[in-house]
Amino acid sequence: MFSNAKLNEKIAFTLLKIATGMVVAFVMVILYYIISNGYSVINLEFITSMPRNRMTEGGIFPAIMGTAYLIVGSMAVALPLGILSAIYLNEYAQSGRTTWAIEMAISNLAGTPSVVFGLFGLALFVKYLGFGPSLISASLTLALLILPVIIRASQEALLTVPKEYREASLALGVTKWETIRRVVLPAAIPGMITGAILSIGRVAGETAPILLTGAAYFLPRMPDSIYSQFMALPYHLYVLATSGTNIAQTRPLQYGTALVLLIIVLCVNIVAVSIRSHYRNKIKR
Amino acid sequence: MISNKLLKNMTIYFVVLLIIAIAFTGIGCVDKENTEDTDISQTSSITIKGSDTVLPLSQAESEDFMYANPYKSITVIGGGSGVGIAALIDGEVEIAMASREMKGSEIEKAQANGINPVETVIAWDGIAVVVNPENPIKQLTFEQLKGIYNGSISNWADVGGENRVITVITRDSSSGTYEYFKEEILVEDQYRQDALVQPATGAIVQEIAQNKGAIGYIGYAYLDKSITALEIDSGDGFVDATTENIMSGDYPLARPLLYYTNGEPSGLAKEFIDYVLSSTGQDIVSDVGYFPVM
Amino acid sequence: MSNRYLKEKGIESLLFASGAVAVIALFLLCIFLFRDGILLFSEYPINSFLTATKWYPTAEPAHFGILPLFLGSVIVTIGAVIFSVPLGIAVAIYISELASPKISNVLKPVTEILAGIPSVVYGFFGLVILVPIIQNTLELPTGQTALTGSIMLGIMALPTIISISEDAISSVPRTLKEGSLALGSTKWQTIYKVTVPASLSGISAAVMLGIGRAIGETMTVMMVTGNSAVIPGFPSGLFAPVRTMTATIALEMGEVPQGSDHFHALFAIGSVLFITTFIINIIANYVKKRYRFNL
Repeated sequence: MFSNAKLNEKIAFTLLKIATGMVVAFVMVILYYIISNGYSVINLEFITSMPRNRMTEGGIFPAIMGTAYLIVGSMAVALPLGILSAIYLNEYAQSGRTTWAIEMAISNLAGTPSVVFGLFGLALFVKYLGFGPSLISASLTLALLILPVIIRASQEALLTVPKEYREASLALGVTKWETIRRVVLPAAIPGMITGAILSIGRVAGETAPILLTGAAYFLPRMPDSIYSQFMALPYHLYVLATSGTNIAQTRPLQYGTALVLLIIVLCVNIVAVSIRSHYRNKIKR
Repeated sequence: MISNKLLKNMTIYFVVLLIIAIAFTGIGCVDKENTEDTDISQTSSITIKGSDTVLPLSQAESEDFMYANPYKSITVIGGGSGVGIAALIDGEVEIAMASREMKGSEIEKAQANGINPVETVIAWDGIAVVVNPENPIKQLTFEQLKGIYNGSISNWADVGGENRVITVITRDSSSGTYEYFKEEILVEDQYRQDALVQPATGAIVQEIAQNKGAIGYIGYAYLDKSITALEIDSGDGFVDATTENIMSGDYPLARPLLYYTNGEPSGLAKEFIDYVLSSTGQDIVSDVGYFPVM
Repeated sequence: MSNRYLKEKGIESLLFASGAVAVIALFLLCIFLFRDGILLFSEYPINSFLTATKWYPTAEPAHFGILPLFLGSVIVTIGAVIFSVPLGIAVAIYISELASPKISNVLKPVTEILAGIPSVVYGFFGLVILVPIIQNTLELPTGQTALTGSIMLGIMALPTIISISEDAISSVPRTLKEGSLALGSTKWQTIYKVTVPASLSGISAAVMLGIGRAIGETMTVMMVTGNSAVIPGFPSGLFAPVRTMTATIALEMGEVPQGSDHFHALFAIGSVLFITTFIINIIANYVKKRYRFNL
């Protein structure tokens, strides 16, 4: 009986280890394929030149810049909004109907599929407000997409600030906003940055929303205003992998684009995670 | 103390972001006013949108055109003939590229929007019916093709091949090739429901190259060594999909590639279309894999 | 003094306005989605939309039957769940109960990498690597099947399932486990008789959120599932091409003529998709709340 239980335990633990091994293997295999096939393509020219000869040669510069514009555009909107709503929710709101409605809206926005955001952006920004398929339509759509991520991260960051900080400051006669600005925010900012950086990764990788709100197959020039269409890395990869007259020939370009996209997203994640752990350790001390 | 410094940095970061945002808006507003003030035909930038079949051609033409005219800008966007025509109807683009003629319903909609679509043939294209090179079948009649695509034939053995399930591949419904093939081959019938739908022609080539049982249709320019084009018979005997047969008109699945403009082309749109129809432009047509207009 | 008070009030209103943006956004999203979606039903009966088995948006007359697309989403999601839930929970148990802190500190970021990879990269990987493998090993007519989509979606849902389950398992009080061990149970018996049941509601919430992620995924599915709008059989449908609701929108929206029935039909699909994920979210929240009260 006893040995039987021991045997069961051994089998179960082995299975758990195998499962974990499998998941780690997935990560390794995906990274390996993209990196091993893509690294030889990446050089300065690939990153800084325009696509040439019907996108079968040349680089991906406009796609990289397009993605950068999208990041700047959507963060400029979502970051202040997200941090301010998190401050409201955590520091001001009393639990009641309004707060419930906001919390509810945030969790539902977070669960809404990105292609639905794309439809919404198409209906509201592109058509109704008349921005057309453009950088601004896509940036605003992406901003709404990452708003819940930023709010949640900022809320968590605010929660880690000890209550005593606030009470001490308020006891000194400092007003609530001054307390938040001078005491709470400085302590919470690392956590907020982490959330912001993680959502940069999200913006860089999303395809479906920009597909419906302004990403272009090929543009000869860089976008010259926020009302221009743009190229972006994820959509460029999709286009290279499914369209084009000779897909087999452009395979290296596809791997190269995938790798550049992966590098951007992973670097962003690594930075975020290391900021987070750095400050976590500090708080512990 | 450190946190205070961080806060200061963050504030600076915010301000910079804000300035960038405002700058962007500024640029945008100015631009928008400009386009509203000037007539569309006089701007030095136009957008061409539509058929994925015409896309490689338009892109090659626009690259060369802009090389010769560095201050003029032509934006080329794919998505399918229906997409391009819809954009022309909505007044979003100067030229719609299409691999099929506009439908009656589309022309009505255009006229309701005050758009008068004018058609220009810029090149000819052949539709090749393609299979995996290892497939022993080398020819099919229209009847057989119809059976394969409407669902009444599902095994290669039924058309004289080996015993293997046929994987039928089509484009998505926004493609002009989808509509063209439907009109020519299926006539009144619908595509079978279980046909694989690929978002772009490149994906069709890719799937057929590695799937022994697959059949699909593609623009002639997409034909390469990884796939085999079939001889087809519309009732007058089997014809191979070759340059000569398509240009002579013997090949039954040949069609014109079209540019649609609102009214007679003018301004940069006219310059560009003239360039495409010039002998330089028509050489590019052949380079890309299509056939010049006679 | 009153000046200071005004400033405080002003700031509070500004903060409230920012908080309200989320509500306004959700509200606008519903309005714009449903407005265009409902217009379809002035031309096309809602019954046929929900029950017809054919999707021929450009035929004359057009057929807009959402059933094959809805069931396509369902079967791909079921496949993803079958694949990722056991795997995800196993990894979560391993990380929180068995692995040394050092190892789990490595494993956690490694699984987070999966969450960071963009969906189009997954789609590219699936198209280039997995599709030929599936076709050749299972000897199928084509490798673009629901199964291929399920595997890719399963991998994509793993980080969600792992991290939330792991949170739930770690939050089971130590006293509970120690009590069980003191009674002579083995570590494994403690895990599956005490720890896992105690964290079950957290795990269920993780599964629901994983499902939500899988059903809403677009690019990956569109690139690997073949997109045939047929009603899939079960389980045989796993080995045939299917088309999901999300793929249909991305595939056909390009820019169908604005205001056409087809345009409205795609928004109607979007509405159905939104309602589905909305319900899933509510269930997940409800389950999550219950587990908070339990502890």
